[in-house]
Amino acid sequence: MTSTVQSSGPGATGSRAAAAIERARSENRAALIGYLPAGFPDVQTTIDAGIAMARNGMDLIEVGIPYSDPVMDGRVIQEATVEALSNGFTVSEIFAVVEGITRSTDAAVLVMTYWNPVMRMGVRAFAERLAAAGGAGLITPDLIPDEASEWLEVSEELGLDRVFLVAPSTSPERMRSTVEASRGFVYAVSVMGVTGARSSVGAAAEAVVAAAHEAGAERVCVGLGVSTAAQVREIGAYADGVIVGTALVAALRDGGVDAVAELTRELSSGTAHGSAGGHP
Amino acid sequence: MTDMHQDTGRQGTDAGAADAIDSGTAEAFLSHDESLRHAPGPYFGSYGGRWMPESLIAALDELQDTFEKAKADPEFTAQVTELNQTYAGRPSLLTEAQRFAEHCGGVRVFLKREDLNHTGSHKINNVLGQALLAKRMGKTRVIAETGAGQHGVASATAAALLGLECVVYMGAEDTRRQALNVARMQLLGATVVPVTTGSQTLKDAINDALRDWVANVETTHYLLGTAAGAHPFPSMVRYFHEVIGEETREQILEQTGRLPDAVCACVGGGSNAIGMFHGFLDDRDVALYGFEAGGDGVETGRHAATITLGRPGVLHGARSYLMQDQDGQTMESHSISAGLDYPGVGPEHAFLADIGRAKYEPITDAEAMDAFTVLCRTEGIIPAIETAHALAGAMKIGQRLAAGLEPGEQAADRVIVVNLSGRGDKDVATAAGYFDLLPDESAEQEIAEEGEQL
Ligand SMILES: Cc1ncc(COP(=O)(O)O)c(C=O)c1O
Repeated sequence: MTSTVQSSGPGATGSRAAAAIERARSENRAALIGYLPAGFPDVQTTIDAGIAMARNGMDLIEVGIPYSDPVMDGRVIQEATVEALSNGFTVSEIFAVVEGITRSTDAAVLVMTYWNPVMRMGVRAFAERLAAAGGAGLITPDLIPDEASEWLEVSEELGLDRVFLVAPSTSPERMRSTVEASRGFVYAVSVMGVTGARSSVGAAAEAVVAAAHEAGAERVCVGLGVSTAAQVREIGAYADGVIVGTALVAALRDGGVDAVAELTRELSSGTAHGSAGGHP
Repeated sequence: MTDMHQDTGRQGTDAGAADAIDSGTAEAFLSHDESLRHAPGPYFGSYGGRWMPESLIAALDELQDTFEKAKADPEFTAQVTELNQTYAGRPSLLTEAQRFAEHCGGVRVFLKREDLNHTGSHKINNVLGQALLAKRMGKTRVIAETGAGQHGVASATAAALLGLECVVYMGAEDTRRQALNVARMQLLGATVVPVTTGSQTLKDAINDALRDWVANVETTHYLLGTAAGAHPFPSMVRYFHEVIGEETREQILEQTGRLPDAVCACVGGGSNAIGMFHGFLDDRDVALYGFEAGGDGVETGRHAATITLGRPGVLHGARSYLMQDQDGQTMESHSISAGLDYPGVGPEHAFLADIGRAKYEPITDAEAMDAFTVLCRTEGIIPAIETAHALAGAMKIGQRLAAGLEPGEQAADRVIVVNLSGRGDKDVATAAGYFDLLPDESAEQEIAEEGEQL
């Protein structure tokens, strides 16, 4: 891998994801990051829910591109993305979602996507449209830096964040190269598995975060399995950010945008490092 | 759907620089100074690689390392050879098909009899090898995907033989249509998990197997059934099937004193074809033909002709040709043959297609079923419907060879080898339904209507 590129370290100037996490840090708390798949059940709802998340305490919003073969996703997210696709979601609509959220809030918005839809559009074309829509960058669950040369180059040029994943199984050597290739933050997978709420997030998560920090990552956020304010509090004690997905998708499915807003408020009560309720 | 028809495969208009033919490799190939055999991966030209979640990279590294060491270990290679000989029944025969040859322009036709292997197809070569590797890694559990059930049955067989737990993922619809193969796997001690996610087909079975693997990678080996997926799977699965091509090359030299003019195989993910092709890759005068499932006809959109009409993309860990829509979503494939009904293809085939070393053509359901009958009636061999695609291709190639004869040459001067990848016992109900051989209201008729393959 060629790594003349900037890292998630102090050099990540201009990174919107980094800025959002640093803002939380300056308030003495971990950042809260929320995921929803775009187009579930329709594009306008995703925009409304994204805005609701931003207004109720999310520092960073992740919107996912529904994909036919989501190997890293568990049941709840699969069902939501299947519904989005059968409701006619097309990849180009992701830019309208990003724009719709960034126009109304100042939350950083990242797109989470499997790689083939980006490849199909063309990495550069996709990245340019994402930048134009105000997107912060991409989270790429099935793209490892080893295969990402074009994305490394284009994201560097356009100032977009590159969030790669690290896992409990990641070797020290890969941890170093992945941290170095990332920009914005590094996504630490809490357990060996796919997305889905879990009653407890394994002890492995803390070790992954420590390993990523040791490898030089300034910002490490933990995702997979987090669904409650208590888990957010527990993880926020050692990680720079906490990512919630499945629980928000289930809330949207069962109670619409209001339920997403309510869950976001509840989750954000878990992010205070020191005294609770330190932010609106 | 329409997207597929407008795009004509690798000449697709929006194919970026990375999609272009790897001209360096193509030149090396044309100037004959580079062997194409034993390509180690991870890349075959611009195809292959590891488009996989980071969580699985350590397991792929472990597998690659174990495989490299095993290949160099005489004890391991002896173990594989012994199982091949004393369990699978290798070497398989090479049978001249004189009456079938009359339907192939009169050229000589030889059938590589993988149908005579234990479990009835080439699949056993790969599962024995990988199950041995699983044991070397200290894993106690194997998981596999299956469409019609062939690879699932083969995996369950190898797991039983070597004392491994076996879980097979199979599309829910397929578990109903292939109830007898489900029972077969269960008899062999395997657990069959019906897959109800996504389109509930083979590709979704692979997705669910990958999800299982991520969560259980400590104890579990993913026994992938074809020469596709992330590195090292394509080159590793090929390695275990290379025995097909090696035996064939020796046998054809023995029986005819020469190399064949053409070698034919069917292509689903590409494992039987790559194993056969490998024996002849560096014999530049031997033409290699892969036959993909043309389903109802490539113009209908209902097919599985991935190389013919797909375009490069990533699925299940490898960059290769892929049936995808304009959004990069995987499209559903269609074929009368469950074993060819996959929207992807192994990356080494994508490379061989681009450099022109192998040619790939679609065969429709109707052409395949016609060749199926011809072989049954001329040779007394009922082939798998997958294999019937290779036979239909051989009929076309034979006729082309005969049409291109120079004055003074005989059709019988030309030689074709066909990889008879599997026997058709599993397909009897499908074929009987297709040819309307079953009495109305028989139990079998009901099964055949649902596409059961016995
Ligand atoms: C008899 C037979 N031939 C061919 C195939 C296609 O697979 P591959 O292209 O990997 O050889 C199958 C798959 O199930 C099969 O059962």
